[in-house]
Amino acid sequence: MTIVWNDPVNLMSYVTYVFQSVFGYAREKAEKLMLDVHHKGRAVVSSGTREEMERDVQTLHSYGLWATLQKDG
Amino acid sequence: MGRGFKATREGVSVHLDTAEASVLRSLVAAMVLDVVEPGETGDDPLERALRIGPATEPTDPVLARLFPSAYADDDAASAEFRRYTEGDLRDAKRADALTLIETAAGGKVTLTTEQAQAWLRALNDLRLVLGVRLEVTEEIHEEIAEMGDDDPRYPAFVTYDWLTYLQDTLVQALW
Repeated sequence: MTIVWNDPVNLMSYVTYVFQSVFGYAREKAEKLMLDVHHKGRAVVSSGTREEMERDVQTLHSYGLWATLQKDG
Repeated sequence: MGRGFKATREGVSVHLDTAEASVLRSLVAAMVLDVVEPGETGDDPLERALRIGPATEPTDPVLARLFPSAYADDDAASAEFRRYTEGDLRDAKRADALTLIETAAGGKVTLTTEQAQAWLRALNDLRLVLGVRLEVTEEIHEEIAEMGDDDPRYPAFVTYDWLTYLQDTLVQALW
């Protein structure tokens, strides 16, 4: 799964926008994930095969988000 | 340094003073283009063809933030991922920075969707570089408010704050 971590630079609006554009999430879902990152320090933003997750992490890095991937569980 | 992006019929646009456009271009050139070197590949022709680059995490905290390790708990997998992706990521960040530099001019700047996406990422990269160097926190507004304008950090902090405003208005204009 792909995890996004909180950082003091990325804007709440920008992070929400990136979740919507990269994953095609509705604004409400993207905002909830952004708030999870903000308040809990991290959130799982997508899950799937290792190849899919590596692609997601690479895309999120291109937007400057601090993303990592790890095995489920 | 007061006006932000607006959505218009032709796309998103912003009014920049000649001075603002110049500050923006020079910041992106110095803080993104000069910091993010083109993706390196080895001497081996096959590695070059496959764009395989270095495997180690950058020691500079700015570069470590721009190119984070992909696996929090697996150094070998992170190294492998980095070898195959960091070069492309560096080139993409440089291309975004160049788009901003080529399109930022004094007067009304109107951006296509593609250019606006490049600006969004380039402004964010610039803020990440500045943010790491200035060690900004989420309380930056309070910090600036308490900081006197004779504080040596003041010009950099207000510049960062202006970039934040520009990026935020760009996001709102694109929504």
